[in-house]
Amino acid sequence: MVEAVRDAFGHALVELARENPDIVALDADLASSTRMIYFAEAIPERFFQMGIAEQNMMGVAAGMALMGKIPFVGTFAVFASRRACDQVAISVGHCRANVKIVGAYPGLVSGNNGATHQAMEDMAIMRAIPHMMVVDPADDVEMAQAVRAIAAYQGPVYLRATRDAWPRVSPQGYRFELGKAVRVREGGDITLVGSGMMTSQCLEAAELLAAEGIAARVLHVATVKPIDVDAIVQAAEETGALVTAENHSIYGGLGSAVAEVLVEHAPAPMARIGIRDCYGECGTNEALLAKYGLSPVHIAEAAHQVLQRN
Amino acid sequence: MVELSQQEVEHLRQVAKTIRCHVVHTISQAGVGHPGGSLSEADILAALYFHVMRLDPQRPDWPERDRFVLSKGHGAAGLYATLAERGFFSPEELATFGRIDSRLQVHPDMHLLPGVEVSTGALGQGISVALGMAMAARLDGKDIRVYCLIGDGESQEGQVWEAAEAAAHHKVDNLTVILDDNGVQLMGPVSQIMETAPVADKWRSFNWHVIEIDGHDVAQVVAALEAAREVKGRPTIVIAHTVKGKGVSYMEGQSAWHGKPPNAQQLAQALAELGCCAEGGLDG
Repeated sequence: MVEAVRDAFGHALVELARENPDIVALDADLASSTRMIYFAEAIPERFFQMGIAEQNMMGVAAGMALMGKIPFVGTFAVFASRRACDQVAISVGHCRANVKIVGAYPGLVSGNNGATHQAMEDMAIMRAIPHMMVVDPADDVEMAQAVRAIAAYQGPVYLRATRDAWPRVSPQGYRFELGKAVRVREGGDITLVGSGMMTSQCLEAAELLAAEGIAARVLHVATVKPIDVDAIVQAAEETGALVTAENHSIYGGLGSAVAEVLVEHAPAPMARIGIRDCYGECGTNEALLAKYGLSPVHIAEAAHQVLQRN
Repeated sequence: MVELSQQEVEHLRQVAKTIRCHVVHTISQAGVGHPGGSLSEADILAALYFHVMRLDPQRPDWPERDRFVLSKGHGAAGLYATLAERGFFSPEELATFGRIDSRLQVHPDMHLLPGVEVSTGALGQGISVALGMAMAARLDGKDIRVYCLIGDGESQEGQVWEAAEAAAHHKVDNLTVILDDNGVQLMGPVSQIMETAPVADKWRSFNWHVIEIDGHDVAQVVAALEAAREVKGRPTIVIAHTVKGKGVSYMEGQSAWHGKPPNAQQLAQALAELGCCAEGGLDG
């Protein structure tokens, strides 16, 4: 059964913390949403409720990390990236504190909370902070492995944790590796590059394209920073065209990162699917993805347009 | 608690004076820095590094050491002078302050200089990091105290009060915050820029143990920091009433000297008033 990504996060964190006594968890009154509540119930002595005060929480986490702890800090992606931006940049980033920042409910699909709770620029902000790794897992299987991988890595990490269950993208026997993109569908005509839950939308788009005789490769990029340059260059050289798809603004996230790689290493026509410089609103995930141009149909249309330019 | 002997008091006074000499000399030579707040904190730093804190300059990474966080990061010149005098690095290196490739950044960089625990300068952040350090030490059952120096202007940052609330809520009694209450910030008196009074009442209302002292009396500073160690179940703040620019007549209480280096003539006067030799050390 496919689990909600946040549940996979919550369970994986408890399992990991039972093995590693250095893991601690900090919450800003959202543990029931982020599913850090599983940790609070299982290991209360290492769970710290910091109240609705995200700036202080980031600093406290940095201080704990400087003493040898591995703090996981949970809050909504909007607050982790915007509210506590300077604390993330200085107390976590400049100190190179070993803090794992979990940005829950990122992007459009934020549990029907509307514009104030939709982080469209969290990856852009985090990508721009020196030393910060940015990870956007696709599904429950990858999330569970990503939690372990980022804990094993020494340094600050921003982990996006979507709320809901998304179609499983991880292949059978999948082994997640930080910094490595993974091909989840083979194809030679174009590459659809997805991060987070958008990779599942890319797979649906690839089906639509296949029906029209277009063989689309789907490349899943969970680690948006540092990005897997080789995999993107290879995709550009072998398929000649790319479409990126992200649950995020088209500015500063996956699309920007891929474009930066292409411009410097392997220029190729590409298009970006993402939020187009606007705030969001309430609605179901499906309605939001359709209205804001992030659905499989939009990805397939973008593929057609890119192929016409080729 | 053992009272300081007259000899110990005199030693700490001499250390504070040496710190002040380094501060004015370093900042004047560099042409950059914050003399006002570096002078107001000198007696506090002397007491911490030469009497109160458990540390070993030969082993700056010793895990059991007490921690000090300079939340008011612009007081870096005072901290560097203290660390150099305490033996973390040679006082000669103070001459590199603020230069390209220097380990002595105008605001402290924890990765460059031994003895600097946290990168600070973005006001309000150091107190939260110090709180996290204290909580982690307590979680491990370690007898480590964390000291954090904040400014009164800095206390206008909301994050200071987020940290204050959290420290009291979590009953973090191995954290001592010291407020360098010098009354002046960049643009003028704190009372005119954004009044922070009644400071002691505010901290008391946040459930902190409050001790008020003359921050230029080293015996009072030591006594307050040692008394804080005995307070259980809540954090302590030592409100140190100080004078911005303390020891240099034309700087005292003057916001103009928050972030301005003295020129050669002004330096000479400052060194003379403090009783220093021309190189910034003690006279004779």
